[in-house]
Amino acid sequence: MSGQGDLLHVVTADNITPARLRLSKAVVWGAAAILALVALVQALNANGQIDLGFTNWRPTLYAFILWSVALCWAQVLGKGEYGKRSLFVLPAALFVVSMVVFPLIFGLGIAFSDWNLASPTGRKFNGLDNIRQMWGDPFFWNALKNMVWYVLAILPEYAIAFGLALLLNAQIRARKFFRVAFLMPLMLSPVAVSWMIGKSMLEVRFGPISRLARELGVDNPAFFSSPEIARFMIMAMDAWTYIPFMMIMILAGLQAIPKELTEAAKVDGAGSWRGFWEVTFPLMLPVSITAILIRIIFKLKLADIIINVTSGGPGGATDSVTSFIFREYRDRSNVGYGTLLAMVYLVIIVIAMTILMKLADRWMRPKF
Amino acid sequence: MSDQIFHDSATDRGHRAKWWTSRILIYGILLLWCFICLFPIYWTITTSFKMAPDVMKGNMVPWVDFTPKWLGWRSLGLSPDTIGNESTVRDEFLKRFYNSAVISVSASTLAVVLGSLAAYGLSRFSYRFGFMKNDDISFFFLSQLILPPVVLALPFLVLYKSLALLDTRIGLILLYTLTVLPIVIWIMRDQFGSIPTELEEAALVDGLSIWGAFLTIIMPIALPGMVAAFILSLVLTWNEYFFAALLTSTNAVTLPVMVASQTGSQGISWWSMAALSFAAILPLIVIGILLERFIIKGMAAGAIK
Repeated sequence: MSGQGDLLHVVTADNITPARLRLSKAVVWGAAAILALVALVQALNANGQIDLGFTNWRPTLYAFILWSVALCWAQVLGKGEYGKRSLFVLPAALFVVSMVVFPLIFGLGIAFSDWNLASPTGRKFNGLDNIRQMWGDPFFWNALKNMVWYVLAILPEYAIAFGLALLLNAQIRARKFFRVAFLMPLMLSPVAVSWMIGKSMLEVRFGPISRLARELGVDNPAFFSSPEIARFMIMAMDAWTYIPFMMIMILAGLQAIPKELTEAAKVDGAGSWRGFWEVTFPLMLPVSITAILIRIIFKLKLADIIINVTSGGPGGATDSVTSFIFREYRDRSNVGYGTLLAMVYLVIIVIAMTILMKLADRWMRPKF
Repeated sequence: MSDQIFHDSATDRGHRAKWWTSRILIYGILLLWCFICLFPIYWTITTSFKMAPDVMKGNMVPWVDFTPKWLGWRSLGLSPDTIGNESTVRDEFLKRFYNSAVISVSASTLAVVLGSLAAYGLSRFSYRFGFMKNDDISFFFLSQLILPPVVLALPFLVLYKSLALLDTRIGLILLYTLTVLPIVIWIMRDQFGSIPTELEEAALVDGLSIWGAFLTIIMPIALPGMVAAFILSLVLTWNEYFFAALLTSTNAVTLPVMVASQTGSQGISWWSMAALSFAAILPLIVIGILLERFIIKGMAAGAIK
């Protein structure tokens, strides 16, 4: 989708009088003035200079909504047909900007302060103290290290998903049944999964998997007491929920491969093994990379299962960054430090994803 | 004449044996994976009908190993003999269920409306907001996908506190809309990209305005895509736990938070937890079975270009 020129050409015969143009400007700036005024009054009220009895910042929010509506309206007033087009994108853009960019800037302010929500002293700016604390926090680095492991676990997931997609794409009966059955884990909420699998099926005394393990000769099956096994269990549960996701993307890619190509390979004498590696797999590379990138993005948000099954234990071995910050907030209700950690995490993610996307771009470009 | 004259050659017979082994292998793996996918669900359903001794003995098959009892469902107030009575647990459950339903449906609707409009605009017109052109705007929307929820969670906690939006449904709806918006835009951009512009051109020649053409001509064509985006958003928002756990306390608590708080307390009343878990996942199982087509369509949108 190139951004050059409209795909839809419309001849606009707008007749925008100077008065209308002035009105549109007046609407925007008037609403902005109201917003500024309300915000100013509220700020004064919050500082205690004047007392108007506001208990919260809702009026400012309403003024902001008013301004947004005014901005959209003014687009049509001032630019006519062209303004109506921008009305398609403007609401979503305003929504995202106000919901992401503003909280992020606000969050930057929080990140450099000591702010315990439970204590009445309120926010205290403490400069770089949080960074120093982070530098010496072994649990945070441990959580980051765990994230690397969790992300690496995507490779076996991908292999399994690819295998299942190949099977579903083969000549089989009851394909629809298998597809629905394979899709099921994705529909379940991670919280329910963490009870269903993590807390009951893996329960040491009565869980069916523990029973199976005992049958197989493991004396004392404990799934969440040693760090490595606990981490593996979390990976397995997460894989269980998300393998269908990758499988379906890969399946869609497989179905889009023209039959002629695989047939031609067969005619040329390639067995199924060579046919796969030299025709199917290279053709699937773009889809695979997309699927893996999206999966990485989802994996970086991993928290629900960890919070509910191990809450980071034993000794932080299963912590993801998200679950660690969640616990940090739950235990100390200090928003400042948690926000700083989250910001650092965001920076790391953005850098890592940019590098990954650049690499992926290079791989996807045809070599010959 | 008992001798057979024509034989299959050895290669052909070998081929058939190979065919059978590959069949058995394929179906074996498929069934094994089916078992892995469905067993936890089966386990949850059966456990909700068990009693303490059944759990401890590890009985698996109803009517063979154990007789199903309504114990778990009675504690939720949903068994046949308690369904008519007053039950605080059931009221609580229904309230959470209602919260979840309202929040996920409104958030998905809002996201589909905002996202479809934006995706349509981006696929048809060229914009220029300051330095941002179409590709930049698309990237801006899609890049929200990378943003981990934890980055927004604490600032929102503070913001919502000062806006008195903490523990309200509106607050969660806005946040959930934000989290699914990039996915909706991704799916819908694909969808609109595949609709030829000649359709609108014809409509415009016939005198419709741009918005009229969009609402009466394009929307009906893109409806399957919108449904797919809606269902996918519904699944994601219904299951969301992290924001709900942080931002709600009493009024707006959603079903996953309730399940988490119930199952967090260790104990061996598995039957009631199983009943609760199963009641929480049931709507999505139904959606998954009935609307599987749309979910797959939605997820495949990004895969094929």
